[in-house]
Amino acid sequence: MITAHLPALQVVVPLVAAPVCVLLRRSRGAWMVAMAVSLFAVAGAWSLLAGVLSRGPTSYLLGSWAAPWGIEYRVDETNAWVILVVSVISAAALLFARRSVEREVETDRIHLFYTAWLLCLAGLLGMAVTADAFNVFVFLEISSLSSYVLVSLGARRQALAAAFRYLVLGTVGATFFLIGVGLLYQVTGTLNMADLAARLSELGPHRTVTTAFGFLAVGIAVKSAVYPLHTWLPNAYAFAPSAVSVFLAGTATKVSLYLLLRFLFTVFGLEFVAGGPVPLLLALTGIAGLVAASVAAVRQEDAKRLLGFSSVAQIGYLVLGVSLLTTAGVAAALIHLFNHALMKAALFVCLGAIAYRVGSVRIADLAGIGRRMPWTASALVVGGLSLIGVPLTAGFVGKWYLVAAALESGWWPAAAAMLLASLIAVAYVWKLVESAYFRAPSPAAASVREAPVSMVAAAWGLAGANLWFGIDASLPIDVANRAAAALLGG
Amino acid sequence: METPALIFCVALPLAGAALVVALGRWPNLREAASLGAAGWLFLEVLALLPAVEAGERPAAVLTAVIPEIPIAFEVEPLGMMFALVASFLWIVTTIYSIGYMRGHGESNQTRFYACFAIAIASAIGVAFAANLLTLFVFYEVLTLSTYPLVTHSGTDEARRAGRVYLGILLGTSIAFQLFAILWVWVLTGETGFRDGGILAGHAGPAATGALLLLFVFGIGKAAVMPFHRWLSAAMVAPTPVSALLHAVAVVKAGVFAVLKVVVYVFGPGHLATATGAGWLLAIAALTVIAGSLVAMRRDNLKARLAYSTVSQLSYIVMGALLASAWGIVGAGLHIVMHAFAKITLFFCAGAVLVAHHRTEVSELDGIGRAMPITMGAFLVASLSIVGLPLLGGMWSKWYLALGAIEAERYAVLAVLMLSSLLSVAYLLPIPVRAFAKRSPKAGSGVEEAPWPCVLAIVITAAGCLALFWYADRWLRLMEQLVRT
Repeated sequence: MITAHLPALQVVVPLVAAPVCVLLRRSRGAWMVAMAVSLFAVAGAWSLLAGVLSRGPTSYLLGSWAAPWGIEYRVDETNAWVILVVSVISAAALLFARRSVEREVETDRIHLFYTAWLLCLAGLLGMAVTADAFNVFVFLEISSLSSYVLVSLGARRQALAAAFRYLVLGTVGATFFLIGVGLLYQVTGTLNMADLAARLSELGPHRTVTTAFGFLAVGIAVKSAVYPLHTWLPNAYAFAPSAVSVFLAGTATKVSLYLLLRFLFTVFGLEFVAGGPVPLLLALTGIAGLVAASVAAVRQEDAKRLLGFSSVAQIGYLVLGVSLLTTAGVAAALIHLFNHALMKAALFVCLGAIAYRVGSVRIADLAGIGRRMPWTASALVVGGLSLIGVPLTAGFVGKWYLVAAALESGWWPAAAAMLLASLIAVAYVWKLVESAYFRAPSPAAASVREAPVSMVAAAWGLAGANLWFGIDASLPIDVANRAAAALLGG
Repeated sequence: METPALIFCVALPLAGAALVVALGRWPNLREAASLGAAGWLFLEVLALLPAVEAGERPAAVLTAVIPEIPIAFEVEPLGMMFALVASFLWIVTTIYSIGYMRGHGESNQTRFYACFAIAIASAIGVAFAANLLTLFVFYEVLTLSTYPLVTHSGTDEARRAGRVYLGILLGTSIAFQLFAILWVWVLTGETGFRDGGILAGHAGPAATGALLLLFVFGIGKAAVMPFHRWLSAAMVAPTPVSALLHAVAVVKAGVFAVLKVVVYVFGPGHLATATGAGWLLAIAALTVIAGSLVAMRRDNLKARLAYSTVSQLSYIVMGALLASAWGIVGAGLHIVMHAFAKITLFFCAGAVLVAHHRTEVSELDGIGRAMPITMGAFLVASLSIVGLPLLGGMWSKWYLALGAIEAERYAVLAVLMLSSLLSVAYLLPIPVRAFAKRSPKAGSGVEEAPWPCVLAIVITAAGCLALFWYADRWLRLMEQLVRT
């Protein structure tokens, strides 16, 4: 039965396909391989999610080695959801990528670009699916190294500096993570998450465990760009090739946040986490990130950097939701995680399409795009409305539950900060909309045409998803509630 | 009572908007589509009236975004009244717009009529909303769909005004209104509108007071000071927009929402327990007086009318906050009475602009000789705003005054009287100038605006008169609100 091996295939297929791309040496062929793999991943993710929803979590033992010794892949509601998000965003980003990458990356490197893409995808899916703490580190490194490569392929020279900064901070984060895992192993003698959880709860208060927790939390926070450890993100998004911005914005930080959930609730457990200063710290960084990054976004002149800062702010929402340590808060964070992937991917696709035609994403150069590129610009507006959280877009549903969860826990400042950040979001989204629709075209934009069909399809596919899940959000709400109940209950 | 026709009522203007866009190249067909949609909508809304008068509540569910809170409609008397007013005046305004937009040679008329229809669809959505979330959704759509109308001329001034408009309306609604809605949801576990309110037993005096504050300021469209500046900013829009949207649909959606929240979420009985309700009442009273005072000092006719609207809207907010039966009846009636009077005044202002290109009050000397019908209608509508007998405006003031006495808030009574005097001072000089003074540029003979404009003005002015004689049906409808 092939479906029994699906958890492993999710990782193995992109991993094996990557060298195939190198051998193909053709840009079009490499794209097709990457696309086929992503579509396979979407189908696999969907069937995993459907399986989990109907039959409950499943375990897969690599090479049939029993769990504490061998590596276990375990699929439950939470990571099936994350896997689905990652693979869908990868497929949508690839649809957009073909024409965009042809323009932005040198032709003889395009097959290597897609190789790195597949490695990154394998790493991200691996981080999500594995139930082994050290294995997480391995996949973390695979995805990180390949994403440094992807960012550095950006057309502008600043891409190298941005990639280097990303590399330095990312390596610090990964090292912290590894130290944390090492300390845990030293104390418990196991790396399997379920096993770790059982032994840690027997152990009781232990200084080494607390230290390990600190290292893990900081390491993950760097990788998730939690404020104030976010400094690598805006430039990495701004200078990476357009397609990479789409891919990373929708996936990388999401998987890291999943790791945060996994380690907080599955490995260390609610009791351990609630006892320490962690909820307060998370809440404070969340609020600070929300407000500070939103304000920073308003001040940007480059649309991609603006969205980068907005991503940092949105991560603040997610962290704030998690910090409540309630089922409602975690469920809201999972809903918003999905929605944010959809809206940010849609927005970056639109900016990528504009970059493709206009050659710049400075806000001043977006002037008059509304008339020249009506489809792209209207998708940009939908994505922007979703980012603000206007009703009937996906963004509204996530924010509704986040604010409601905060109020339920009596965290007034958190609820107020979230609404304040929504207001600031109005200001920075408005900068884009006003430039696109209410300014005379800039010289650069005066003669452009609508973006290629594949780009418009990707933009409206994602924008349409934002509308769809704003009108009927039963799937994300259902999955997120079950995932949160499972995480906090067991 | 399940009534799918409600969804049709919201969809109809939207379909009208689509048709307007499709027919953009043929102006006569396009306007016929607008008129047709408006007429049909009015008939559809009117068809709901007998059921509502009989005490039924037609309802329909559109979709469930969040499982516990669907986007759903339910018609209660207040919403029935608002929908009737908005849909009837849409017909009249469309007639007027045909004369105005062509006479004034405005550009982008297709966008204008399409956005107008979307705005009406959202006003109907606000009127029929069955819960706070639905109300919020259509409230926001109304803001967004009227933005292109406000910035219609595309000048820098219009764009600046548009920013104020969007900033205040979106800002207050997200920061305060959404916050209040979520708070209500967390407290009570529901957001539906119910007779007698849903907060009683869930919220203490302090929480009720705080929620009231959030709702009154969060519904920025009610233009309670200090969140009133968007209304004067919106006056850069073409006159039909100011007339229907910024005298009727948008601002009335605001005060309607305040009234609806007071009646069906707080419940008049529970409202009386709120801490600080007296202070809010004072702010509304201050808005009534300050709005009138500012109106007196404005020479630009539309700006003067806008501040008069600010002042009149707070009558309704006061009526709601009095939490007395007559106060609520008066506030409900004032939505209708003020709508007919104020739309007439704006129509007249637009007619003067189209026919004689005058915008300032000081330029209106002797214009009554050239435009006897227009300025006659202006006089009628002014008297209705003042609240004199034989005009509809009298009834709403009468019941508001009764409400103030019932609640033993005699200061409110004094504010009502003083404001009537002030409205005499800022409105009546205009027709007096027009008829009594001699124009320096003595025009010869009658020169009215294009006939569709005059027709619209006559209809709404006649409405002001008719509402005096036929107020009892509205009254009985409003009495349903306080019978329980």
